[in-house]
Amino acid sequence: MKHTLSVLLLNKPGALSRVTGLFSGRGFNIESLSVAETLDPKVSCLTLVTHGDESIIEQITKQLHKLIDVIKVTDISEGEFVEREMVLIQVKAEAHTRAEVLRVIDIFRGKVVDVSPTTYTVEMTGPESKIKAVIDILRPLGIKEIIRTGTIAMARAPKK
Amino acid sequence: MKKMTGAQAIVKCLQEEGVNLIFGFPGGAVIDLYDELLDSDITHVLVRHEQGAIHAADGYARATGGVGVALLTSGPGATNGVTGIATAYMDSIPLVVLTGQVPRALIGNDAFQEVDIVGITRPCTKHNYLVKDPADLVPVLREAFYLAASGRPGPVLIDLPKDVVASKVNFPEKKKIKMQTYQPNYEPHPGQVEKACRAMLKAKSPVLYVGGGVILSNANKELTELAKKLSIPVTMTLMGLGGFPGTDPLSLGMLGMHGTYAANMAVAKSDLLIAVGARFDDRVTGRLDAFAPHAKIIHIDIDPTSISKNVGVDIPIVADCKLALQAMNTWFDRLKDFDPKDFAARHQPWIERIDVWQQEHPLTYHDEGDIIKPQYVVEKLNELTGGDAIIATEVGQNQMWAAQFYKFNKPRHLLTSGGLGTMGYGLPAAIGAKLAYPNATVIDIAGDGSIQMNIQELATAKQWGAPVKIAILNNGYLGMVRQWQELFYNRRYSATVMEVTPDFVELAKAYGAVGLRAKTKDEVEPVIKEALATDNLVIMDFIVNREEGVYPMVPAGKATTEMLLV
Ligand SMILES: Cc1ncc(C[n+]2csc(CCOP(=O)(O)OP(=O)(O)O)c2C)c(N)n1
Ligand SMILES: [Mg+2]
Repeated sequence: MKHTLSVLLLNKPGALSRVTGLFSGRGFNIESLSVAETLDPKVSCLTLVTHGDESIIEQITKQLHKLIDVIKVTDISEGEFVEREMVLIQVKAEAHTRAEVLRVIDIFRGKVVDVSPTTYTVEMTGPESKIKAVIDILRPLGIKEIIRTGTIAMARAPKK
Repeated sequence: MKKMTGAQAIVKCLQEEGVNLIFGFPGGAVIDLYDELLDSDITHVLVRHEQGAIHAADGYARATGGVGVALLTSGPGATNGVTGIATAYMDSIPLVVLTGQVPRALIGNDAFQEVDIVGITRPCTKHNYLVKDPADLVPVLREAFYLAASGRPGPVLIDLPKDVVASKVNFPEKKKIKMQTYQPNYEPHPGQVEKACRAMLKAKSPVLYVGGGVILSNANKELTELAKKLSIPVTMTLMGLGGFPGTDPLSLGMLGMHGTYAANMAVAKSDLLIAVGARFDDRVTGRLDAFAPHAKIIHIDIDPTSISKNVGVDIPIVADCKLALQAMNTWFDRLKDFDPKDFAARHQPWIERIDVWQQEHPLTYHDEGDIIKPQYVVEKLNELTGGDAIIATEVGQNQMWAAQFYKFNKPRHLLTSGGLGTMGYGLPAAIGAKLAYPNATVIDIAGDGSIQMNIQELATAKQWGAPVKIAILNNGYLGMVRQWQELFYNRRYSATVMEVTPDFVELAKAYGAVGLRAKTKDEVEPVIKEALATDNLVIMDFIVNREEGVYPMVPAGKATTEMLLV
């Protein structure tokens, strides 16, 4: 099962490597990881996507919590949440494919952010599934390079 | 708020924590601190290798229950300490390790004797720090002591750049430490306590499975009270020995790979397993699905990550062992019509069943005339010290025989590297304990292989007046590995025969210690008596049966009921 964990940790040198070291040292996997400062500059938020059965996720959560620099760990995939990832895709755009590329980008509400005589660089955001879908569709047209940010996620605010 | 040097502030912090003994080895990066120590009332014990400093601080901590402190220089000094730190980490021993570091401006430049010790020790410390801002120095030191000793204890390392130690710092008032990110839970949840107690009311064949947590939380009294109140048999892990009196009729001795037949059978047949401060280590459980297969499991542990890590737990109690056991005792005391006699009667059939196992396969060995059996040596040590000595061990067969045949009746009397299994631990640990308790008899039960790993600490023992007694069970082999080769590798003794071993009697003399040797069984007792009678450091070299094995033995990966017996 895929889980998205949100980890608040002190914004201190070495704090991130405590987290990643925990994963490598204990053989847990990290599918994606994204981290930046929160509203409070002393605190960073790390969104981490991982796989595992219930007991592994429980161990991961507890082990993360045990790190002295970690403030809070939430498995936000347990409830309702919004997730987004951003990708930059440099795709071949030759005379006979330019129009097709643009159409695909348009359907996925992507944006062309750089153009060369033979390529488009496209920016796109969405849940991981959408990113995967657009990559699958553009692949046959010739992707030269992609850079993904990894997922960030936030629990939905209570509606009442 | 007074301005002083970083070095002065460090010494003041140590005094504030009540530290009067530290272990270390100097070098360029810590020379300012050493200079300051000279004028302080803190005794610095100069070891002969940094690994020895950490193990000695660890032995001191295990024996006293306090925090052990070690001081190492940067680079090789710090890396030499890593095995010691990992040893303490695996057994949850509170240490504060101070390491020197190159000046801040040089960090990251591959400067002389620079090493990223914070990076290296991240996975084997409870927490660690590189102090980059002199203003953090005092708060970090205080926090380090707090972290080391609280919650699930462990080693904390502080890396100190040379220029930070030399700079001027403030010494703020000490306040109670409160950390936003670290709040260990000590108090047991009353609902969980009640659930656990009700399970105990119902159980017909309960067993208490006790680990090092009972020692660490000083819960031996509470544990003993509960066991006796409810007539529940107790088995201990290597780390738990002494948590319950080994000579008590309810004691089943150690469980697991080299545990007693009765202990392993009792766990396998139990209907309720009460794990207290134990962590279901693979050396204890054997094949997981066959471990206590019929039992409901209660697990008390201060560390939530220990719970349901290897074995699913029915009633988890995240709490300090002492407080949890206290709460249970109180629960039964308040129970209407509760009478320990009823429990004694109810558990009688279960205890009788265990007695049969004990009689069928007691801990034993074959006597072979004049040949010294290592188990006999440990039995004699037990007898001649009245079971009252502080015993450090090395690692291997010697360690297991010490655990099996020395009857530990008190906590903090066994100093042994359980989690990491570090050869070379015993001698420096024994020195640490002896310096803490100069009047105690402290014995390192050693192997001929392990003792050579930190043999240089004989000089430390001599210099600092720590006349420990070393009992080498000399089998001429890396015996434990040899035993595996004998049993599982067709007796192919690859690299386990030590063809050259020093003459330990002469070696003792070279260090100004007493060397004694016993080659036959009847020489064992006189040698031990002589060793105990002298005030000096002693090595006893017992030439024991070369291919003796440790039994019972559960082969790795087998169920704990599949024991190879004597
Ligand atoms: C530092 C270290 N290296 C290797 C081992 C693996 N090992 C475990 S027991 C053992 C043999 C120890 O020999 P000795 O000290 O003579 O003890 P014996 O088993 O013979 O009593 C070895 C090599 C270890 N535990 N620690
Ligand atoms: Mg040996």
